[in-house]
Amino acid sequence: MTSEHSTDFAIEGHGDISVGVSGAGASGDGSASATRITPGNALRPEDIALEVRRGTVRPGEDVAEYALRLGDDALILAQRLGHWISRAPELEEDIALGNIALDQLGHARSFLTYAGAHWDKSEDELAYFRREPEFRSAHLFEQPNGDFAVTIARQFIVSYYQFELYERLTGSADATIAAIAAKALKEVDYHRDHSAQWVLRLAGGTEESRRRIIRGFRLLWPYVDEIFEDDELTARLAEAGTGVQPSTLREDFDRLTGEVLAEAGLAGEYAEGGLGLDRIPQSLGGGRRGKHSEHLGFVLAEMQVLAREHPGASW
Amino acid sequence: MASQNLQSVPAELSPEEQERERAGQAYFDRIIAEDSRIEPRDWMPEAYRRTLLRQVSQHAHSEIIGMQPEANWISRAPSLKRKAILMAKVQDEAGHGLYLYSAAETLGQSRDKMMQDLIDGKARYSSIFNYPAVSWADMGAIGWLVDGAAICNQVPLCRASYGPYGRAMVRICKEESFHQRQGFEILLELSNGTPAQKQMAQDAVNRWYAPALMMFGPPDDDSPNSKQSMAWNIKRFSNDELRSRFVGMMVEQVKVLGLSLPDPDIRFNEETKKWEHGPLDWNEFKDVLAGKGPCNAQRMERRRQAHEDGAWVREAAAAYAAKQAQKEHAA
Repeated sequence: MTSEHSTDFAIEGHGDISVGVSGAGASGDGSASATRITPGNALRPEDIALEVRRGTVRPGEDVAEYALRLGDDALILAQRLGHWISRAPELEEDIALGNIALDQLGHARSFLTYAGAHWDKSEDELAYFRREPEFRSAHLFEQPNGDFAVTIARQFIVSYYQFELYERLTGSADATIAAIAAKALKEVDYHRDHSAQWVLRLAGGTEESRRRIIRGFRLLWPYVDEIFEDDELTARLAEAGTGVQPSTLREDFDRLTGEVLAEAGLAGEYAEGGLGLDRIPQSLGGGRRGKHSEHLGFVLAEMQVLAREHPGASW
Repeated sequence: MASQNLQSVPAELSPEEQERERAGQAYFDRIIAEDSRIEPRDWMPEAYRRTLLRQVSQHAHSEIIGMQPEANWISRAPSLKRKAILMAKVQDEAGHGLYLYSAAETLGQSRDKMMQDLIDGKARYSSIFNYPAVSWADMGAIGWLVDGAAICNQVPLCRASYGPYGRAMVRICKEESFHQRQGFEILLELSNGTPAQKQMAQDAVNRWYAPALMMFGPPDDDSPNSKQSMAWNIKRFSNDELRSRFVGMMVEQVKVLGLSLPDPDIRFNEETKKWEHGPLDWNEFKDVLAGKGPCNAQRMERRRQAHEDGAWVREAAAAYAAKQAQKEHAA
């Protein structure tokens, strides 16, 4: 990885992105990175689409596949979270969950726009006209919302994972990936705070809320290992300095989530009122290879129905 | 001012209290006469407070219930950009609900009570949201017509005599005008799209036109509360006046859309210099208001369910906050 790479996006400035942890093989000098952005000129998917049309950015196949994974995770999660708008426990949460959904959708649009450049496809062609096995989302992102506790547990896991991931990707040798990650990182930092606060509230609130958040975590923890799984693609990307081996994020993820769970009194054994996470069997996963949960088909059916009714139409 | 004689000082009050009431009323009348603003701690006639509380809370409820027909399309929005815009819009509506509940709270009623009144069927919301959003083009028609009508209604409310309400409306109107533009843009895109898309757009305009016109409320000769609200500088223009202005705006905009309004009787009256429209079905309006609309039960049930399903979360947050406060107190 290099800290001197330039980018075609107008994102130089004095942002507050710190790249404290270096990515695989990176020199990790965050302060010298061109990927820092200021809120005033944040990267938008439209900017990437413009660069794609101009022919100034075009990912190779590996990076495109990688962007597809990150984009699909964010897209499916946005689709899930959007369901809460008008259904949340209080108005403030309609807004907060809506915000998180919007952020995730923004990241998805950026990643998919960039990925699509490799195959000459638009974000919408990728989102609306791929079949289920062509999606690359991990099972965690596909899990149903459940009650508010399940949604919070999912969001807690996701945002701590995404924070570590994007933090490292701000140093990616691929300028577009680095730029998308830099913008996403700030937003995911807020998602972390939101979900951690709720984990503490639910665990320390009433007996019922504690029971529910424990159930939520136990329901979702089987899908944690999958998001940290390395494969040939991530190995090549890490080697090239454009991506990260997911397994390298695990230690920081475990430490930081562990701190919150300990504060919430959830760190112990299940029999003693904790989550007993160590003993929860891990699901086989397979999302990155197009093997999905039973849930994804329904998510896609709903998401794609109108677009597919009018192929080629513009909206 | 018309308000001066509406409040008589209750006889059971002590002489000092009666004096305070009279001084309060005099202050209130002067503020209204100067077209200035009443603030939460100012004395105000009970009827003024009640009228405002009813209006502001109904407006807040309308924002909250109004999220539902549009939220219905978030998951199916036909492009990711449209999905993002729609999500942001529905989220804005939750924000509007929050400002308005806060403004209403300054009149002395808690948000919890207002929400409970809504769920118990004791409070009203704009009856337009009892119509179903059955196609994607409805997202356009709701933005263009429903938000458009709301803006016509709400821009004058920015000058409402009650300070917190007027100030909330300033923010809301800014966002609403963005909402209206995005609705217009959805319709424009559809109208310039495939024949099926254009048909979808026209169908949505046909369905939302009359209900949108009825959002301004009953005709002036059948609107008992309007006069007092105008005397109190809450309302600035009559229902029919605002409706006529709205029709005039839509008549021009629909041409740009390449669509038509389902009303052959629209004309500009050279004598009155006002736009006129065809007859509206006020019986349907009253029916929908009385709970007979296609979605009344559904909208209420969704709100009730969200509220009930969220009860344990709100209880947990309150319990946690209490425990934290106790800890801090002990420390």
